[in-house]
Formats: sequence, structure tokens, C-alpha cells
Amino acid sequence: MAIKERMSGNEAIAYAMKQINPDVMPAFPITPSTELPQMVSNYIANGEMDTEFIPVESEHSAMSAAIGASSAGARTMTATSSAGLAFMWEVLYVAASNRLPIAMAVVNRALSGPININCEHSDSMGARDSGWLQIYAENNQEAYDNFLQAYRIAEHKDVKLPIMICQDGFIISHGVQNIELLEDDKVKNFVGEYHPEHYLLKEDEVCSVGPYAITNFGMEGKKAQAHAMDSAKKVILDVAAEFEKVSGRKYGLYEGYELEDAEYVIVAIGSVCGTIKDAIDELRSQGVKAGLMKVRVFRPFPAEEFTDAIKGAKAVAIMDRAESYSSQGGPLGSELMAAMYRGHLKAEAINIVYGLCGRDVNVAEIREVYAQLKDIEKNGAAGREYQYLGLRD
Amino acid sequence: MANLTEIRWHGRGGQGAKTAALLLADVAFSTGKFVQGFPEYGPERMGAPITAYDRISDHDIRVHSNIYEPDYVVVVDETLLSSVDVTNGLKEEGAILVNTAKDKSEIIPLLNGYKGRVFTIDARHVCMETLGKYFPNTPMLAAIVKVSNVLDQDVFLKEMEESLKHKFARKPEVLEGNMKALRLALEEVH
Repeated sequence: MAIKERMSGNEAIAYAMKQINPDVMPAFPITPSTELPQMVSNYIANGEMDTEFIPVESEHSAMSAAIGASSAGARTMTATSSAGLAFMWEVLYVAASNRLPIAMAVVNRALSGPININCEHSDSMGARDSGWLQIYAENNQEAYDNFLQAYRIAEHKDVKLPIMICQDGFIISHGVQNIELLEDDKVKNFVGEYHPEHYLLKEDEVCSVGPYAITNFGMEGKKAQAHAMDSAKKVILDVAAEFEKVSGRKYGLYEGYELEDAEYVIVAIGSVCGTIKDAIDELRSQGVKAGLMKVRVFRPFPAEEFTDAIKGAKAVAIMDRAESYSSQGGPLGSELMAAMYRGHLKAEAINIVYGLCGRDVNVAEIREVYAQLKDIEKNGAAGREYQYLGLRD
Repeated sequence: MANLTEIRWHGRGGQGAKTAALLLADVAFSTGKFVQGFPEYGPERMGAPITAYDRISDHDIRVHSNIYEPDYVVVVDETLLSSVDVTNGLKEEGAILVNTAKDKSEIIPLLNGYKGRVFTIDARHVCMETLGKYFPNTPMLAAIVKVSNVLDQDVFLKEMEESLKHKFARKPEVLEGNMKALRLALEEVH
């Protein structure tokens, strides 16, 4: 029987970390990180976990220590947010290129400036080219479930890549909502023990982690990383199928909501998807064929699966909670539009930047987006492919 | 979502409005409801106006926006009435609850013409009688439960006792004072 609880997103992830009980957690214990490392260190202080907690002096050190621990053969996790993730930048690439399956809980918050602590995806979206897997959640339940699946994906022999489990800052991380937890033994059985193939502390094998590679082999290393990223798609689906058996909850690369026969489709990531679902229910009751494709997995980017899912749409609005300053829109918009072009999709598509610096989005604004899609189907999208939602006049 | 109740809290940083909103979500959860309790973070400093929200429903709650048309509004600090439009969007069939020692007739003119029901409670008086210290969130929590009728009062008291017992296992005197504050608040709100 599932355990019914109410928790914030941060509490849910901390609980998942407690249940997984990895070997090492280096983390910066205060802002810009959230209360998450503090919650985990409480579990450790109370003897409920035996993870080695390393309170480091910066986020750069947190990731560096995580790389050291993971290289040594330890199952390693950390948590961060916003400027903390930005401060890890240099070493994020080291973790990925050394194929270290570190799991990191990311609470998505804005990067300065203006100085702002609220929800935005610019932190993890900025790290999208670092070689980390990225999975996003709509709510606390998904954040918890995604973290339980993280190591199974990251440690898989066909993948061996670090993974970010992302949730929306404050909206999910600090909002309390109902959740169903799995029992400890079920989690333990599902996640399993970590037995790395190669690691520094392996007695009967000498190996080196992070060696110098110039023109001779450097490029092959990158290609191998890209290949592992491709392989992750299948692994993510396999792990989700197994997770469904223990939890009853279904996950994929994306979630379609009223998507099958949808003429007007919004594509989005994170907590806004719950708000979109409520808008869709209203519109459907009025006969409008509105639908949602919620992106769960952003790295790897499931281009074929995404375009396949929206190929029946007449008009598509792709929503980004991050600005790329490319004059073309946000990261999801740019990548999905490129995929739509290669998939020969004929639908009109617009890119909407929303929710920057925590700007709220409500059901009425989402209804307006669908109304705009209807209009675009008739009159075309010319000149307004990229716009802001909810901007002050 | 016909049975969805939405509550907006207005307070000042440090008064516990956020904690009260989360506590209400907590206690509603323990009676089997679906809940959302969340703060809107502005400047993080003592005394700055803050807003917190509760959604309580018999069904799963998916929407993740702030609450613009609340059924109920709780004002933890009456000095906010002059600077924050606390009745903005408040449904007329709903109600507003204000923490004040003043008479209701003095508060109503400050509510921008709000036509719904108005309730007041002197949370400072309740706190001083029962806790000896001013923690307005405890009486405000009980008062909004009574005003909104979102939970049965006896069930509310029972659940609060359980939760406080757990929280203050080593300080039974805190439990007693808080329970007294909750009961007195239920009597003194009108």
C-alpha cells in the first residue's frame, strides 16, 4: 500500500534521498541551494541515513567533491539551485565527460539579474549542453518519482551519465501538496545496489579518471558521450515501465494530455502543465480540441517522439520559462522547431516565453494562448513567432 | 472542481502567515482532503507584506497559479489594510477575516466597498490570555476554519492536538497553551 502524505517538493526529494541512502552527498548547505541539503543532513544526524555528508564551501566544490566520490566508486548525489548550479558550470562538464552517474536535485530558479530568487528554468536550461541527462517534473509527486528512477537510468551500462532531476522553484519546491510515497523496501529493491564496472578504488584494476586527450582521441570521447545520450532514451522508457510495476504510475519521455485528437497544442515543461490541464478541461467542455504535450525528458532530446506526438496539430505554442537572447525564443522553442522542420511538420508554431523571475501564469492566460492558436490556424503566425506572455504594458 | 475552497493570507514577514497556511493545508490533508499550501515569496525580511495561499478540495488539484478570486481572505496584520488591496478578487459569497481589536464597523470602511461577510478576531487578546506571547497564526488558523467551515471544528481540534503533540513532544506546556488558544479563538471570532 502506498503511503499517503503531504510534502513540499523539497521534502519529497529529501525523502527519496533518504530512502535511496547513497554513499556520499557533498553539498553547499545554504543559499543559493535550497533547504534540501539541510533536510538530508537532518536525516543523517538522526541516524536515518548513513550517507557521508560533506558540507563544502561552495557549489564548485560540491560538484568537484561529487566527481571525486563518484570516480572512487561511490553512489553520489548532490542538490543545488540557481546561482549554485551556475557556479558548478566548469565541473558539470567534467562529471559528464568522465561518465560519472551522479544524481543531482535541481530546484529551478532564476539567475541574476535583477536579483531574484523565484522560479525560472534558465539555470538548468543554461546547462543543457553540459552532457547531463535532464528530467523535469510537474509536481512534487513527479519530482519524487523521477528521483527514484534517476540512478537506474544514470548508472545503466549503456548510459553512465550524470542526471539532473529538476523541479520548479518555490511553486513546487516550497509548496505543500498531497503525495504518495513508496515503502522503503520497495524503493531499495527498485533502485538496487551500485556495482560500477571501473572505479579508482577497485583493488584488482588500475585505472585513471579524467586524463588528458588532445586531438588524438578527444573527439571520440565526445562522440561516445553523444552516443550514450542517445541510448538513454530507451533506458529511460525501460526504467519507467519497471517503475510503473512498483508504483502504478506511468511515465514516458513526454506526457500527452488530451493530445491524440488535439488541433491546438501547447508544449511546456514543469508546473505550468497542471495549469494548462485545467484550461484544457474548460476548453474541451466548450468543444475546443485543445491538448498538451508535457516534456518530461529534455536531455536526451527526444526529437522524433516529440514531433510524432504533435504531428496532428494545426497550431502549436511552445512555452519556455527561460530566455536565450537568440532573438528566436527559448531553448525548448528553438530545439523543437528545428525538430519539427526535420520531421516535415506543417503546423504553424509559435514560441512563448513566460514566467520569468517567477511571474505567475494562470488558467485565463493559458486560455488566451489557445485562442491565439485558433487565430493563427486561420491567419498564420507571421511576425509573432516569438513573444512574451503576461508582460506589463 | 465545485467543492474547491481557495484561501488567501495576507501578513507581514515574521508573523507566521506562511506557517499558518501550511498548517491549514496539513490539517486538511489529515482529514482526507487534497490540498495545496504555498507562499508567494517577495522580499524576505521581517515586516514586509507577504501572501500565502491554500487550496482545499475533494479532488486532485493540478493548477499551479496564485489565487486571484479567493473564497476567503485572512488578514493577519490590520496595518496592511491601508497599503494592500486585500479584498481584490474576493468572492462576495465568501468572507474576509481581519485580526484587530477594533470594532467591525471601523474595519468595514477600509475594505474598498467589499459587500460580503466580514469577521474580526483580536488575536493578540487570545494569545495573551492563553500563550502569554503574541503568535497570531494560531488563533487566525482556528478562526478561518470556523469562518470558512472548510473543516468540522471538532475534527480540526482533534487533528491539531495530534499534530502539536507530535511537534512538541518534549514541551507539553506548549501543547496546552496552543489548544487553549485554538478553542478561545473559535469562541472569539465574529
